[in-house]
Amino acid sequence: MSKKSFRQAINEALRQEMRRDPRVILMGEDVAGGRGGTSGVKDAWGGVLGVTKGLLTEFGEDRVLDTPISEASYIGAAAGAAATGLRPVAELMFVDFIGSCLDQVLNQAAKFRYMFGGKARTPMVIRAMYGAGFNAAAQHSQSLYPLFTHIPGLKVVIPSSPYEAKGLLIEAIRDDDPVIFLENKVMYDEEEDVPDESYTIPFGEANLTREGEDVTIVAIGRMVGMANEAADRLEKQGITCTVIDPRTTSPFDEDTILECVEETGRLVVVDESSPRCNMACDISALVAERAFGALKAPIVRVVPPHTPVPFSTPLEKLYMPSAEKIEAAVKNVMKQHAREVA
Amino acid sequence: MQIARETLLQSYRAMRTIRAFEERLHVEFATGEIPGFVHLYCGEEASAVGVCAHLTDNDTIASTHRGHGHCIAKGVDVGGMMAEIYGRQTGVCRGKGGSMHIADLSKGMLGANGIVGGGPPLICGAALSHKTLKDNGVAIAFYGDGASNEGFTLESLNLASVWKLPAVFVVEDNGYGEATGASYACAGTQKDRAAGFGMPYMECDGTDFFSVYESAREAIDYARSGKGPVMLHVHLSRWYGHFEGDAMTYRVAGEVAEQKEHHDCLKHFRERVTSAGLLEATALDDIDAAVADEVESSVIAAKAAPWPEDSALMADVYVKY
Ligand SMILES: Cc1ncc(C[n+]2csc(CCOP(=O)(O)OP(=O)(O)O)c2C)c(N)n1
Ligand SMILES: [Mg+2]
Repeated sequence: MSKKSFRQAINEALRQEMRRDPRVILMGEDVAGGRGGTSGVKDAWGGVLGVTKGLLTEFGEDRVLDTPISEASYIGAAAGAAATGLRPVAELMFVDFIGSCLDQVLNQAAKFRYMFGGKARTPMVIRAMYGAGFNAAAQHSQSLYPLFTHIPGLKVVIPSSPYEAKGLLIEAIRDDDPVIFLENKVMYDEEEDVPDESYTIPFGEANLTREGEDVTIVAIGRMVGMANEAADRLEKQGITCTVIDPRTTSPFDEDTILECVEETGRLVVVDESSPRCNMACDISALVAERAFGALKAPIVRVVPPHTPVPFSTPLEKLYMPSAEKIEAAVKNVMKQHAREVA
Repeated sequence: MQIARETLLQSYRAMRTIRAFEERLHVEFATGEIPGFVHLYCGEEASAVGVCAHLTDNDTIASTHRGHGHCIAKGVDVGGMMAEIYGRQTGVCRGKGGSMHIADLSKGMLGANGIVGGGPPLICGAALSHKTLKDNGVAIAFYGDGASNEGFTLESLNLASVWKLPAVFVVEDNGYGEATGASYACAGTQKDRAAGFGMPYMECDGTDFFSVYESAREAIDYARSGKGPVMLHVHLSRWYGHFEGDAMTYRVAGEVAEQKEHHDCLKHFRERVTSAGLLEATALDDIDAAVADEVESSVIAAKAAPWPEDSALMADVYVKY
C-alpha cells in the first residue's frame, strides 16, 4: 500500500495486467510517442498526459502500439482484435473524439455478441478522458457516459478515485465484454492509498462512501468527491447524507440506490453530463418508479445546463456542478420536507 | 512573377503579426494566465499567408487546432483573437470558444478546430455553397500531416473530386502529429493520395513565402476556374512544442535551432525583397514596430477586458428554441 495518483493507479493496473496476460495490448495516439521522430527517443510522451509512460519500455512496440490519427480504424481494429483473440486496451484520448469512430463502438463492438447469437466475445477496453473544468472548451470537455450507457452491449465505468481506478480497470481488462473506461482529466494528480498488488472491483456494485440519515446523494465520477465535500459541510450543520458512487453506469446497481432512498426518503443526484437523458434522469426515473412511496420531497438533480461546455473560466465555473451547488441542493430538499410537515 | 508592392507589404505584415502574436503567447502562457490548450504556429507563417494572399472575405477557409496563423492571415481581428484566448467578453467568440475555436464567418473563416481532420469535410460544404451560389468563391482546408490520416479527410478528397468542387486541400506537413513522426504515421505519399482521388498535386516550401505564394496562386486559380479540387502539400516546421508545455524530446537537439537559423520565412522574405530592391528595409522595420505595438496593446486590452456576463452561458445554444 502506498500513496498513488490517479495517473499512477491506472498505469499500474495496465502494467500488472500486461504482465499477467500476454494477450493484453495497448494502442492509441502517442500512448508511447516518439516513433518517426528525429531524436530516436522512444516513449517520448507515454500518453498525452503521461498515463501510459514506461509501458513501452517494459512491453515493447509489439504490445504498445502508437497509431496514426485514425480513430475509426484503430478503435475498429481493437474490436476486431478482441473478437479474434487479443485483449486490447485502446486509448481514445479525449472522449469527445468518439465522434470520429462511433460506428465501430455503436454498431460493431457493442452488438457482436447479441447479433452473433452469443458466439462472440469482445474483450476490449476503450480508455478516454472526460469532464469539464480544464478550460478545454466545447470539443474537449464533454462527459459522454450517458451516450455509452444508452447502448446495450457496452459496459461503462467511471472511477471516482485512484483506488477505484486501479481495481475497476483491472476488472475491465479481465471482462469479456467491451468496456468504456472514463477518466476525469482533472483528477490525474489526486492521490490516495492504493494497494501495490493487483485487485479487482466488481462491476454493478455501488460503493457507499458515507452513510447518513437525511439525504441520499448519488454522484458519478469526479462528482463523488464534491458530494463528500458537501456532505462534510452539511454534517457540521446537522444534516447527514449517504453518498453513493455507482462506479459503473452499465451494469447499474439499482438496489443500493433504492435501499438508501427507502431509508433517507430524499434524493439528490449529481451528474456532470448534459442534463437531457443523462444518468440523473435515469436514476430519478428509477426512484420515481420503484421508491415513490419513500420520497419525502421531490428529487433534486445537480447537473449542468443544456449547453456545450464554455471556454471562459467564469462561464465554465457557472456551468459545472460544485460542492456549493450540491450543498444548496441538499438544503433545498430538506426545506421542502420541513414545509410539508409544517 | 511580379507581386504588387502592396501585396508584399501586407504579406510581410501578416507574417510578422503571426510571429509576434505567437511568441507573445508563448511568454504569456508560461505565466499561467492563459487558460486551456494553446498550439503555436511559429515557423509556419508563410503557409497561411502565402495561401490567404490570394483570397478575399468571399472565400472560405477552415483551420485546425493550430489556427492562430490562419485566422490572422484571413484578416480576423488581432485584438479580438487575443481577448478570445484570454476568455473575455470582447473576444471574437465572446470568450466561449478560446484558442482552438476562433472563428469569424464574416471574414470567411470557418473556424479553428479542436477535432483533427474536422475541417476538410466542412470545406467540401463551403465549396459546394460557392459552386451552387455561383459567387466565384473557393474553399480552402488547412490540415496537418497527422490529420491527413483521418478517414474523413480522405473521404473529403474523394467527395471534392466526385462533385468537382472549387476546393484546395492544403496539407501543412510539419513532420509531426503530436509526438509521432509523419515518417511513421503516414503510409505512402500525399502525392499518391491526391492521384488516388484524381486531383492535381502541387508542393512547395512552406518556409519560403514566394514558393507558397506561387503554388497557391496556381492551385487556387485552378479550383476557382471550376476544374475541381487541388492538393497543395506544404513542407514546413513548427518551432514550439505540439502544445505549450511539450518538451519535444522526440526531436533531435538543434532541429528547431537549425530551422530558425536557415529556414525562417521572415528572414528569408526580408533578404529577398531588400536585395531585389522590391521593398526598403525601413518599410519592413516600420511594420515590425507597428506590429509589436499592436500585439502589446492586444494583450493589455485583453487582460483589462470584462469577463462574459453570466447570461452568456445560456445564450446561443440555438438560434431559436
Ligand atoms: C479526432 C481527433 N483526434 C485526436 C486529436 C488530438 N490531437 C490534437 S492535435 C493532434 C496532432 C495533429 O497533427 P497534425 O494534423 O499533423 O497537425 P499539427 O499539430 O502538426 O499542426 C492530435 C492527435 C484531436 N484533437 N482530434
Ligand atoms: Mg503535423
